[in-house]
Amino acid sequence: MLKSLLCGTALLAVTAGAAHAQVSNNVVKIGVLNDRSGIYADLAGEGSAIAARMAAEEFGNKVTGAPIEIVVADHQNKADIAANLAREWVDAQNVDVVADVPNSAAALAVQGITKEKKRIFLMSGPGSTDLTGKACSPYGFQWTYDNHSMAAGTARAMVEQGKKNWYIVTADYAFGHSLEDETTKMVKELGGKVAGTVRHPLGTSDFSSFLLQAQASKADVIGLANAGGDTTNAVKQASEFGITQSGQSLAGLLLFISDVNALGLQAAQGLMLTTGFYHDMNDETRAWSKKFMEKNGGKAPTMVQAGVYSAVRHYLKAVEAVGSDDPDKVAAKMRETPVNDMFAKDAKIGPNGRMFHDMYLAQVKTPAESKGAWDYYKIVKTIPAQQAYLDPAQSGCSLVK
Amino acid sequence: MFDVLGVPPQVLFGQLLLGLINGSFYALLSLGLAVIFGMLNVINFAHGALYMIGAFVAWLLLNKLGLGYWWALGLSPLVVAAVGVVLEKTMLSRLYKLDHLYGLLLTFGLALIFEGAFRHLYGVSGQPYPIPDLLKGGQNLGFMFLPNYRGWVVVASLVVCLGTWFAIERTRLGAYLRAATENPVLVQAFGINVPVMITATYGFGVALAGLAGVLAAPIYQVSPLMGTNLIIVVFAVVVIGGMGSILGAILTGLGLGLLEGLTKVFYPEASNIVVFVVMAIVLLIKPAGLFGRER
Repeated sequence: MLKSLLCGTALLAVTAGAAHAQVSNNVVKIGVLNDRSGIYADLAGEGSAIAARMAAEEFGNKVTGAPIEIVVADHQNKADIAANLAREWVDAQNVDVVADVPNSAAALAVQGITKEKKRIFLMSGPGSTDLTGKACSPYGFQWTYDNHSMAAGTARAMVEQGKKNWYIVTADYAFGHSLEDETTKMVKELGGKVAGTVRHPLGTSDFSSFLLQAQASKADVIGLANAGGDTTNAVKQASEFGITQSGQSLAGLLLFISDVNALGLQAAQGLMLTTGFYHDMNDETRAWSKKFMEKNGGKAPTMVQAGVYSAVRHYLKAVEAVGSDDPDKVAAKMRETPVNDMFAKDAKIGPNGRMFHDMYLAQVKTPAESKGAWDYYKIVKTIPAQQAYLDPAQSGCSLVK
Repeated sequence: MFDVLGVPPQVLFGQLLLGLINGSFYALLSLGLAVIFGMLNVINFAHGALYMIGAFVAWLLLNKLGLGYWWALGLSPLVVAAVGVVLEKTMLSRLYKLDHLYGLLLTFGLALIFEGAFRHLYGVSGQPYPIPDLLKGGQNLGFMFLPNYRGWVVVASLVVCLGTWFAIERTRLGAYLRAATENPVLVQAFGINVPVMITATYGFGVALAGLAGVLAAPIYQVSPLMGTNLIIVVFAVVVIGGMGSILGAILTGLGLGLLEGLTKVFYPEASNIVVFVVMAIVLLIKPAGLFGRER
C-alpha cells in the first residue's frame, strides 16, 4: 500500500516536472525594481508591483505549468544600488525578468547587466532614448514612453502654436540630459530656437533661482526637463513668481498624473503634457483602472504603472506561446507578436526594443471642468506611434540592420 | 549696464535676494538646532522630521478642520513642541549622561520612523498648500518680481531669529539657561528647576522647526521628504557657524543662503555641494566653527 503510494507520488512528480521542463528553476520570477521611497515612488513604486501582479493574476499566477512569482526591490534612484540588486537577483535568486526601473541612470546600469546575463528587461519607468539607441540590448524592451515621444508631443504642440523661443530647465543626470537633447532637436527641427539651458541637481526644493534665469531669458516657453517632485516644485514656484501670468508658457516635458494630483488643479490647470495612458479613455482602460485603484488605495494608475502591466502581460503571453522561458526565444516571440491589451492596440516592437504605441497630447482641466477625484485630463489629440517615436533606423542601435 | 562675468546685474541682485530667502530658512532651522545643542548637548537629527511635521500639521489643520494659515502659524509650532516635550521626557532625558552619539542615534532613528510613517500615510509626491490670500501677489522691484509671501518669510524669520538671540543672550531667563548648561547642580541649588527648563528648551527648539515648516508649506510641496532634503545642509550650517552658537547659526544661515544663490548663477551643477565645500574648509582651518569657541 505504502509502496504503491510512493510510486504514485514519484510518477506524479516526474510528470509534473515534464509539464514545465522548459521553465528554468520551475518558476517564472519577475523582479519589479524601482524607487519605492524617493521622489519617483508615487509614479512607479508599489503601484508598478500591483500592476505586475495584476498581469500575473490574469494567467492564474501560472504560465506553462510553472508558478509566476513577483519580487520587488527599492533602488533608491542610485545606479550602483540598482546594478547590485539586479546582479543579485540574476545570480543568486534566478530572476528571469527585471521590470520598470524608473531613473534612466539606474536603467542604463541594469540594461548592461541584463544584456550580459541574457535576461529580459521590461522598461516602463526610464525615459532615456539611449536605452533603445546606443545602449540597446536584444533583451531590453522600452515600453511606455521615451524622451523623444515627450518632445514629439509637447514640444511640437507648443512650437506649432508659435511659441518658438525656448529655455530649458534640466535635471542634471542622464534622463534630464537626454530629455533636453530630444526637446532641443525637436524645437530646432520645427524652426524654433533654444535660448538657453540651466541644470539643477536632482531633488532640488527651491527652483526660484533657476526660474528667474529662465524668466530673464525672455523665452516664450520654459521647458521643464525633469520629473516627479522636481517638476511639481518648479511648476508651483513658477506660478508664485508670476512667470505664467507674465505671458511665458510653462511646458512640463514629463508630467505624470501623480504629479498633477500633487499640484492640485488650481496650480496645474492648462498645462500641456504628453502621456502614454490615461485611465478615463475607454471602457477597457476604465475597467482595468478601477481594479487597480481598489488595490492602490484609490490612486489612479500612472502611465508607468499601466505600462508595467502591459509589458509583463506581453512577456507572459510570449512565454506561454513558446512554452519556455528561454530569453532568446521569448524575446524573439515578443518582437514578432503585436501588443494588444487595454494599454496598446496592435502595437509593434521595433528591432531596437522600442514598443511603438500611440501617445496622447493632453491638457490639464481647470477645477471647474473636473468632475471629481482623478478627473484631470482632456485628451487634445492622439499622436500616432510612428510620429511619437524615433525610427529604429535612426536610433543608433547596433541591432538594427 | 556692466556685466559680472557675463551675468547681468539684475539677475545677480535677484539671485542674491533669493539666496537671502533660502538663507532665512537655514537660519531658522539651524537656530533651533544650535539652541538644542547649546543647552542640551543633543545633536537633534529629528529636526528635519519635526520641520516636516510642522508643515503637515498646517496641511491637516486646513484640510481636516478648515483652519487657515494664520491659525497654523500659531498652532502648528505648539503641536510640534508638544511632540518634542514627549520625546524629551520619555526618551532623550535618559541619554544626557551618555556620549553625544547616543542622542544622535536616537534622534536619527526617530526621524526615519516619522518620515516612514508620513510616507506610508500620504505618499511621496506631497500635498499642495495654498498661499494665504493676504500674501498673494508680489512686487515688481525692477530687477525682479518678488512674491509677497517670500518677503514675508524673510521678515518673519529674521524677527524670530533676533528675538531668540535676544531672549537667550540678554534676558534673565536666558541667563538661567546658560548657567544651567555650565553647571546644572549649582543652578538647581539656587532653587531653579533645571529639568523643566531643559524640557522647555527642547520644546522651544523644535517649535522653531515647526514654525519653519509652516512658513515653507506654501512654497514647497508638503511632502514627507521635505525634511531630509534640508536637514543635511542645515547641519553643515551649524557646524560652520560653530556648534551651539546662536548668533553663529543665524549669520551663517543667511551667509550660506547667499553663497548658494551665487553658485546657482555661476555654476548651478555645484549648488548643492558648495555648502559642504565651505564646511570642509572651515573644519580644516577653524574646527570649532566660525563663531564657536574651543572647549
